[in-house]
Amino acid sequence: MIKAILIFNNHGKPRLSKFYEHYNEDTEQQIIRETFHLVSKRDENVCNFLEGGMLIGGSDYKLIYRHYATLYFVFCVDSSESELGILDLIQVFVETLDKCFENVCELDLIFHVDKVHNILAEMVMGGMVLETNMNEIITQVDAQNKMEKSEVTSVLA
Amino acid sequence: MSPSVPLQEMIRAIRSARTQCEERGVIQRECAAIRAQFRQADNGGRSHNLAKLLYVHMLGYPAHFGQMECVRMIASPRYSEKRVGYLGAMMLLDEKQDASLLITNSIKNDLSHSNQYVQSLALCTLACMGSAEMCRDLAPEIDRLLRASNSYIKKKAALCAVHIVRKVHDLGELFAPAARSLLAEKNHGVLHGAVVLIIELCERNPETLERFRKTVPDLVQIMKGLVLSGYSPEHDVAGISDPFLQVRILRLLRILGHNNEGASDAMNDLLAQVATNTDSTKTVGNAVLYETVLTVLDIKSESGLRVLAVNILGRFLLNNDRNIRYIAMTSLQKIVGTDHNAVQRHRGTIVDCLKDQDASVKRRALELSLALVSASNVRSMMKELLLFLSSCPAELKAHAASGIFNAAERYAPSQRWHIDTILHVLTTAGGDVRDETVPNLIQLITNASELHCYTVHKLYRALLTDISQQSLVQVACWCIGEYGDLLLRGECQETEAVQVTEDDVLDALETVLQSHMSSPTRITDNVDRIRSIVSIYGSCIDVELQQRAVEYNALFKKYDHMSLFPPPVCGFPQVCDLLDLLGGSEETLQPSPAVGAPAPGLLINTASTAGGDLLDLLGVLEPAPLAPGVTLRHTHTHTHTHTHTHTHTHTPQSDTGLTVTLTASNSTDSDISSFTLQAAVPKLYLSLAGPFLAASHYIKSFLLQVNLKMRVRISYTSQGSAFQDTVQIDSFPGLDAAGQ
Repeated sequence: MIKAILIFNNHGKPRLSKFYEHYNEDTEQQIIRETFHLVSKRDENVCNFLEGGMLIGGSDYKLIYRHYATLYFVFCVDSSESELGILDLIQVFVETLDKCFENVCELDLIFHVDKVHNILAEMVMGGMVLETNMNEIITQVDAQNKMEKSEVTSVLA
Repeated sequence: MSPSVPLQEMIRAIRSARTQCEERGVIQRECAAIRAQFRQADNGGRSHNLAKLLYVHMLGYPAHFGQMECVRMIASPRYSEKRVGYLGAMMLLDEKQDASLLITNSIKNDLSHSNQYVQSLALCTLACMGSAEMCRDLAPEIDRLLRASNSYIKKKAALCAVHIVRKVHDLGELFAPAARSLLAEKNHGVLHGAVVLIIELCERNPETLERFRKTVPDLVQIMKGLVLSGYSPEHDVAGISDPFLQVRILRLLRILGHNNEGASDAMNDLLAQVATNTDSTKTVGNAVLYETVLTVLDIKSESGLRVLAVNILGRFLLNNDRNIRYIAMTSLQKIVGTDHNAVQRHRGTIVDCLKDQDASVKRRALELSLALVSASNVRSMMKELLLFLSSCPAELKAHAASGIFNAAERYAPSQRWHIDTILHVLTTAGGDVRDETVPNLIQLITNASELHCYTVHKLYRALLTDISQQSLVQVACWCIGEYGDLLLRGECQETEAVQVTEDDVLDALETVLQSHMSSPTRITDNVDRIRSIVSIYGSCIDVELQQRAVEYNALFKKYDHMSLFPPPVCGFPQVCDLLDLLGGSEETLQPSPAVGAPAPGLLINTASTAGGDLLDLLGVLEPAPLAPGVTLRHTHTHTHTHTHTHTHTHTPQSDTGLTVTLTASNSTDSDISSFTLQAAVPKLYLSLAGPFLAASHYIKSFLLQVNLKMRVRISYTSQGSAFQDTVQIDSFPGLDAAGQ
């Protein structure tokens, strides 16, 4: 199970925070801060798995992360998920974002965080991997966006 | 009302804030506007407001006032509003809040909505934060969706069912048939969801597991299709067809084949095929290989297959990619108990990983190395582990130290080696050793009786070099206390002879005590231990050692007293009153900050000058020459028909103080009541309130230690009138002018 998905930049500013288990607001911020602290200490050529972190779970949980340019993508998972599989999933997520936003950069995530949530909702649901096929994900996201747009225009008409 | 600012504009405004304070200001203004908007009727921009609130929530600002708005939005007929509402519900609500109950009905309705995207919103939210009641309520609906809907909805329903089963275990029975039939689907998303659901059902219920064993042939068939089929552009990821699904199915096969011969046999060929055919040059291939290896090792596989699996892991260990090395060690850890010899073959590589720069790899390597220590390799392994300990990251030190101790205890080839190893750990990482290990070590040293001499010598030398490692100091001090005679004897077969005198030993102990005295945080933990060590010397034959020990014990007692009770200061009301009394007198007396004694009693321990330095205390303990008991007699006669006398005698009680006894006698034939005696001396101040002085009776009042002068005031009531008398005693015969 995936306990949380976090995206933050090189200074620790959160760009997306999705928790699949409930924490109160202060704890959520603490988790983000602590995760940033752990992840930012890592060199560039070490492995992408981190153990430790008091707040999220116990010994069964690890942090699997990838660093792309100015952003860290961090998944907190337990032993029921394949570590290499999650690494691949992060890759699929980023590629999907890239397709949806056309050469995605941090600003896209900042100004369209709701769209990022919608994309993620097509990939991970309730802490479980839902869909890993990039084309399938994009198809569904496009369809939903179209629906939303048509609604707005019909209201304005 | 000003028109609502769309999300992007607000984000821009927040980002343009140059300081944290400015950002807070912007956000507070926006939140106030959002709040106002929420209270208004629908103005077409509701979804914008909630979206803004969710953004603000992500940054860490409170957003609970949006909870009801989420409920309202979810109930809206508009898709855009529903979307934001459900997102808000997932972010702001959880089952503990009442508002979450309110959305149950909306979810129920939306689950049967004509639009699949509305259905999907409801499914998603239910899977994220559905409470047990909601799950119970909506489970039949989910079951229906599992059977009769399009593949998009089916895959979401499957994961939603997983959540329901996690919340309400009994409902697993409900979903089992539907899950079974989903395996016949072609859509990979649905298949994936189905497999996840089946895994959840099997893990929860052994009977369900039994039933699903029958699906092994179907699963094998699906896998074969994925592995052996030609290039399928739809599912291809770097040359592998849907690696995620393959990994998921392999995990299910592992669960079904565990401890079951039949099921394991059925999947044997497939696993061999996957293991040999999968391309391991890319990460995706490795993910599948890795899962295959784990499955092979967890089921009842043929030995040939097991060897193949462990070899794959061995190859992983040599991979340049650190991720691969990491997961290889994780999996080797899982089998080190069952396939110990196979893992031992890779010991060299694992030990090399101890030197890797990556902290995660180091951690795995440490765990695995500790598990690989055996009687045959303990010497070489321990060398590597001790080397690791000296340079390992701080967060691993405690674990490494205790691991080394355990391994040393189990496999030590000789006692001397054992003690050497322990000493090495104590000197390298003594500060990180867990508290329980110290008594264990002491036990070990006690049992190694032939090595007491050797041990104490080595510990003493270690102590001389470094007193900062707490556990080392504790063990060393104890050891010196126990076997100090061996240390002083000088000779030792096992190590070079060093001439150690008692003074050297005392100096060493003194350094330890002083360094610990000066650090207030340590004193409470260590003082008892050090005390017990010091008290050992208290009965030592050597006079000087004995004296020093007694002094230290006295010191400890003082320190104890002071740390346990707050030093009595001049804040006691009765003390101040007395001061006033004295101040009103016409005779001059050096006004000194009198310090009150504890509760009025007959015997007061006046040696506690509160707040003073410990060392000062020792200065007080100076012998003062005193003449033998001298009696002063002051007689006071009053105009009334009674007299009372009080006498002062002082006797040398010890050569450290002066005792004055005041005796009051009532020579009248009427009772005196409310007899109060007050005495004040420049440094000390105490008070005794006596109740009643019966006729013709003496009372012995109190003992006190004084310095120089003393002023005494007596007050009493006799025959209805109050009397008061003050006497100043300026000199105490027997004390010379300079003597204090």
